[in-house]
Amino acid sequence: MSFFKFSKSASLAALLALSAFPAFADEQHFPLQSYRVGPYASGGTGFFGGFIDYLNLLNDRDGGVNGVKLTWSEGETQYEVERGLEVYERLKSAPGIAAWNPLSVGIAYAMLDRVAEDRTPLVTLNHGRTDTTDGRVFPYVFPLLLNPYSESSGIVNYIAERAGGHDKLKDLKIAVLYHGSPYGRETIPIYELLAEKYGFELSQIEVAHPGNEQQAQWQTIRRQRPDFVVLRGWGVMNPVALTTAQRTGFPADRIIGNVWSNSEEDVLPAGEAAKGYTAIVSVSAGTEAPVIQEVTEKVYGAGKGNLADKARIGSVYHNLGVVNGILNTEALRIAQERFGKRTLTGDEVRWGFEHLQLSPERVKELGAEGLFHSINVTWDNHEGEGLVAFQQWDGAKWNRISDWIAPDWALLRPIIEASSEAYAAEQGLKLRTAEDVDKVATD
Amino acid sequence: MTTILALPETSRRSLPRPSAALIWLTLVLAVAYVAVPLFASRYVIEALLLPFLALSLAAVGLNLLTGYAGQLSLGSAAFMAVGAFAAYNFNLRLGFLPLPVSFVLAGLTAALVGVVFGLPSLRLRGFYLAVSTLAAQFFVQWALSKFGWFSNNNPSGVISVPRLQLAGFSLDTPTGRYLFSLTIVTLLSLFVWRLTRSASGRAFLAVRDGETAARAIGIPVPQTKLLAFAVSSFVIGVAGALWAFTYLRTVEPAGFNLDRSFQILFMVIIGGLATIRGAFLGAAFIVIFPLLLARAGAFLFGGIFDSGVLDMTQRIVIGALVILFLIAEPRGLAALLDRIGARLSATAARLAGSSSPSPRS
Repeated sequence: MSFFKFSKSASLAALLALSAFPAFADEQHFPLQSYRVGPYASGGTGFFGGFIDYLNLLNDRDGGVNGVKLTWSEGETQYEVERGLEVYERLKSAPGIAAWNPLSVGIAYAMLDRVAEDRTPLVTLNHGRTDTTDGRVFPYVFPLLLNPYSESSGIVNYIAERAGGHDKLKDLKIAVLYHGSPYGRETIPIYELLAEKYGFELSQIEVAHPGNEQQAQWQTIRRQRPDFVVLRGWGVMNPVALTTAQRTGFPADRIIGNVWSNSEEDVLPAGEAAKGYTAIVSVSAGTEAPVIQEVTEKVYGAGKGNLADKARIGSVYHNLGVVNGILNTEALRIAQERFGKRTLTGDEVRWGFEHLQLSPERVKELGAEGLFHSINVTWDNHEGEGLVAFQQWDGAKWNRISDWIAPDWALLRPIIEASSEAYAAEQGLKLRTAEDVDKVATD
Repeated sequence: MTTILALPETSRRSLPRPSAALIWLTLVLAVAYVAVPLFASRYVIEALLLPFLALSLAAVGLNLLTGYAGQLSLGSAAFMAVGAFAAYNFNLRLGFLPLPVSFVLAGLTAALVGVVFGLPSLRLRGFYLAVSTLAAQFFVQWALSKFGWFSNNNPSGVISVPRLQLAGFSLDTPTGRYLFSLTIVTLLSLFVWRLTRSASGRAFLAVRDGETAARAIGIPVPQTKLLAFAVSSFVIGVAGALWAFTYLRTVEPAGFNLDRSFQILFMVIIGGLATIRGAFLGAAFIVIFPLLLARAGAFLFGGIFDSGVLDMTQRIVIGALVILFLIAEPRGLAALLDRIGARLSATAARLAGSSSPSPRS
């Protein structure tokens, strides 16, 4: 065999192998930058547990998504940026990656330009960098359901309702107690803007990470005598805030928790001090939703459940993980309808996320009615107009005390665009247009 | 004054035979410049070598201060933060400056801050000085998150660094970032190595081994200490800029916390005080070894235990190894390697039938 012939047949064989590969695999992979140790382990185990439980449910019940099996691998980050990046570089060589879900603002920030380069979606459900909502600048980043600005607006709207209308806000004094991290500081400018718009008196107080000592901050609050305290905590900071508030005599029903201060793990350690505490949700707690029932029955029944403690099924973080699973896999399903029922490329999954529209009816079909309301992602709105509700802790469980309500998106959009355009200028990026959405890379 | 840091002899013994040292250095540089860019995977460069290079350089800087000049400091992460944020701001606000100039200016800024926080060293020693350098740690972190100007008013206080460019060439690939980082680390390490062999370097050792004696032989002790703080902070500041620009590409003040300062101090102690090699060995042990261990653990036991259990086990293993190493050789990995090398060459000499004892002993 001449060398020419040999190289020709070799390249033919290589071509065959390459083209046969996706068909052979038919798997879609989720690399998980999880954290099961460290100060935020309660959030990590619940969220990643719920996510894995839902993937297991789909694999066992439906054989994956349209026959494409779902796989995953885990790397421990402890919520630290350096470890998160190491795990990113380690796991990204896996074939058929669908999306990244680091559940850490710091890690997500460090991945912004990396995912753009590697063309894989980065999902920051309920958190993340707010201006990534603007799909014109951040094609691969999705702060699904609720970005930090919408959360702040929702909370202020709720306080207005409690006070008897937005015009009553100008007589109020509101203190925001936030976690000393990129996540916590993200909302500083938006609260300033809301205070200016509605005329309430605002003070913003930082709690150093991880937040297990807050005597000084609550003494300040005691001196300032605010009408409401917004708690933007995370992990151990939350129960400590509630117990310290009780000790300094601030009533729990005037503390409004944000979306990362709304779990059982936040209130249970605080005991009596948490009774009456109210928090915002975009995903409800509870085991009533059919999909949670099914997870309990089919996944935990078969001994495949990811949570070590079955009592945490239906807790806020666990449900959040399940909803994260629903959103990720529905994006896959939507992308598969266009590109074929096979292993998709990261860019094809990006297209799926940019068309992730789940009406309340579809949410009901998925068994998630009551868990979350709906989502409506478009190419330039990567948040997807998630609705929020409020829940109150009665000492034993969370009770929903409001309807699903909408944040003031029209007010927030211009600030988001100003910030994302500044980022684009700094990084030398061109703004995408609607035509760019369908340009999909197939590698 | 006898402190745990006063370990005489190590400096002179660190590179015993210049010719052998030169051969080794050439070999290492050849591998680093030729073999690594050709063969290393993206993971090795991005996740292992870039943090390793930046932290090695920080350890070289701290070793100059603590190992050579005997001034214990817990402010290294703060000086790294100053370097990172200064480089970012010089680059952002004086965009016409070439990148290396921004880095030098960042280093000078860190040196200035280092001198200010080095002032207590004129009155305090040992652990008291260590505690006073904590002030740098807290003050810098506070200032960087308090004043939005430092992070260009980014609400969350996180900066995204611009893409790396040098004289019109983009260095925005793993290999480009690696070579850039490697060159800076090599140049600065050589500079520090030269310095330790100059009159100033001997003055550092004299101050470390006995201030009174140093004063008696006419060494200006206060100036020497401040010089050590300045040069050390310069090097650590550039290391911080490398950490931000080549490795993370995003930086927040909390990333430069007290843990990082301790990490660098441990690198210096485990690697070997008052050796340049020790800084690199210590950084390798603290940065690369845990990752290798984690991968081995995940490979062997990943199916059986969840990642949390593996992570805890890995910490126990590393803790035990640190104790073992330090019992085997309190002067660090550099001295341990010397001993192993000496024993090997002695064995080799015996096997070759030479009657003379090993050349080292």
